[in-house]
Amino acid sequence: MTSTRREFLRDTLVGGGSALAAGLLPAIASGRDNLPRIPTARGLLYDSTLCIGCKACMAACKQANDLPPEHTLAEPYWDTPLDLSGKTKTVIKMYRDGTAAVKDREVDGFAFIKASCMHCVDPSCVSVCPVSAMRKDPGSGIVTNNPDVCIGCRYCVAACPFKVPRFEYDTPFPRIKKCELCEHRMAKGHYAACAAVCPTGATLYGQVEDLLREAKRRLSLSPGEETRFPRGELGGADHDVRAHTARYVPQIYGESEMGGTQMIFLAGVPFAKLGYRPLPTRSYASVSETLQHSLYEGMVMPIAALAGLSFLAYRSRVNHTLLDEEDQPEPAGEQP
Amino acid sequence: MTPFSSPRVLRPSGEHSPVGGRLLTPVTAVLGLLGLVSLFILAVRLVYGLGAVTNINDGYTWGTWIVLDVMVGTAFACGGYAMTVLVYINNNWEYHPLVRPALLTSVFGYTLGGVAIFVDVGRYWNGWAVFHPAYAQPNSVMWEVALCITLYVGVMWLEFTPAILEKAGKIIWLRRTRKIMFILLAFAVLLPSMHQSGLGMVLVAFGDHIHPLWQTNYLPLLFLLTAIAMGFAVVVFESYLTSHGFRRPMETPLLANMSQVMVTLLVIFLCVRLGDVAARHQFHRALELNLQAFCFWCEVILFLAPLLMLMKPANRNRPRLLFYAALCLLQGGALYRLDAYLIGYEQVPGWHYFPSVPEILATLGLVSLEVLGFIVLSKVLPVLPAPHGVAHVNGR
Repeated sequence: MTSTRREFLRDTLVGGGSALAAGLLPAIASGRDNLPRIPTARGLLYDSTLCIGCKACMAACKQANDLPPEHTLAEPYWDTPLDLSGKTKTVIKMYRDGTAAVKDREVDGFAFIKASCMHCVDPSCVSVCPVSAMRKDPGSGIVTNNPDVCIGCRYCVAACPFKVPRFEYDTPFPRIKKCELCEHRMAKGHYAACAAVCPTGATLYGQVEDLLREAKRRLSLSPGEETRFPRGELGGADHDVRAHTARYVPQIYGESEMGGTQMIFLAGVPFAKLGYRPLPTRSYASVSETLQHSLYEGMVMPIAALAGLSFLAYRSRVNHTLLDEEDQPEPAGEQP
Repeated sequence: MTPFSSPRVLRPSGEHSPVGGRLLTPVTAVLGLLGLVSLFILAVRLVYGLGAVTNINDGYTWGTWIVLDVMVGTAFACGGYAMTVLVYINNNWEYHPLVRPALLTSVFGYTLGGVAIFVDVGRYWNGWAVFHPAYAQPNSVMWEVALCITLYVGVMWLEFTPAILEKAGKIIWLRRTRKIMFILLAFAVLLPSMHQSGLGMVLVAFGDHIHPLWQTNYLPLLFLLTAIAMGFAVVVFESYLTSHGFRRPMETPLLANMSQVMVTLLVIFLCVRLGDVAARHQFHRALELNLQAFCFWCEVILFLAPLLMLMKPANRNRPRLLFYAALCLLQGGALYRLDAYLIGYEQVPGWHYFPSVPEILATLGLVSLEVLGFIVLSKVLPVLPAPHGVAHVNGR
């Protein structure tokens, strides 16, 4: 009886055990780091303190992307999405506390916040997509979904740290829906519709490097100071807006979260209150791929395991079929 | 160890024999009916979309069809994997009579897991993209899992061909297949090792969406260990049920011997599982008063119970106790996977999920079809150990 266990353990180490041992490797594997920012990447800077909650961006997004209205009220007259969905790629939400008397104040105040794709520098959705349907453009860094190959497995929906990609559950021919930064408008010389229509410059489109510089400039201003806020496209032809600087939380959300995002935020209320939780600087994509690569790099381990397993299976067959092949008489009446 | 003491081993028709008997019985009729119900539900899903029959939403986009049918279902289907390792790789041929029934449950478990994936993915008509070199995405654990499972279903049907060839009396072909069988067997171990660990690795990319009691880089190892342990447990489970259902003698001595492997695996699993939680300094999360902590302890108990039951060698010869131990292990493994994928899936507030009645009926129906297929094929083909053919292969 004990011999069974001993043999089992021995061969576990020799054969199938290579797979077991592989599970221990990630602890020592060097791994891959976060992907670097693309210098020519495009993105958005959303400044919560400038947002007046007019939702013009939501209407423009629906129009630019040909999305249907979403009804959440008893009277189906207006587009009233409460969250991102298969019908809604951006939504303005409101934070309120107590009397909600003062804008951009955490206690007894209120604030607006935009939800749409963060266009991560190292996106989980691209890393997990089995068929390269989720793709990050090497020039603009925009993350898009290609419905011609997407199998609708929804790994991206489940894995996205920001809960951005959404799925259509009420149709036999569903699609993954998410903000693609109006990539289709860029061919015609336009930029993201949400930024184009924003009256205050709260949603600003531009090169991510410039947007980060602009965000840092705003953080360096003292509260109440009058300054010019660019509107529409940073460095573009749009007129500026003169306004007083709000009291910012000293953080650019998206500068380093998950290895950085191309949609970055400024706000007067802590981001955790606005639905943007603290996240590690190491991207989940890099953690997962490090593990995956340490097991499958160059297919060395699987091939070695296959060779070992073939040897063991062959040895075991030889032991056990020679006898019956020799001793066995050719059965009569058999048709080969 | 001497390979054979008995000189005349005519493998074909020696160890395995068809059960025979009527195919239409009250049991098969009910199973068939449940299967039809599930096929109807799946048809509704194909016409009206996933939302028409399931409760999945953007917060919990993977429901029971993925978590129960695929994550738990394929673990229940690991009997073939576990027995292939034990018999062909580890050279323990005395267990050979147990291979075919295990393999048959595995074939059905995986095939129906494949059916579940097919109806759950929203854009199934693009499935070819997984196998197209221009679109294949090897960084994706899902890609690896999809490829391995597809290949493995094919490998298992091939591994099962000897039973069909035997039935057809094609002895020459039987010998030919046996000559190349070793390569097939190597794949039959490598592929499930890869995708069963992969099922755990799928969750690593979820980051803090998974509760700290489950999120770890050791997920692949833990999923692999549960797969093998559940594989052995399901062989005991299925052996007990078929011997009762078909009124055939149970292979108790073989199962008793094999159950020490289960004991070893349980010890390893518990060490890695608890050691990992402790090493990550997350043990305090198990002491909170919430559903996650409760489920964590249920898992621990369900893994500890069979260990305690089977620790004493004398207990292993008691069929009923063996059965209960296997049942506990299967439940523990199933709960572990359910917890990692659903109970431990932490969401932004506002999202809820509980499977709908049609969703559960579809799963129930698919399992019924699986059991029906097993009953029919084991009545027709030489699958189950022949009532007399237990001892004669044992050369020890």
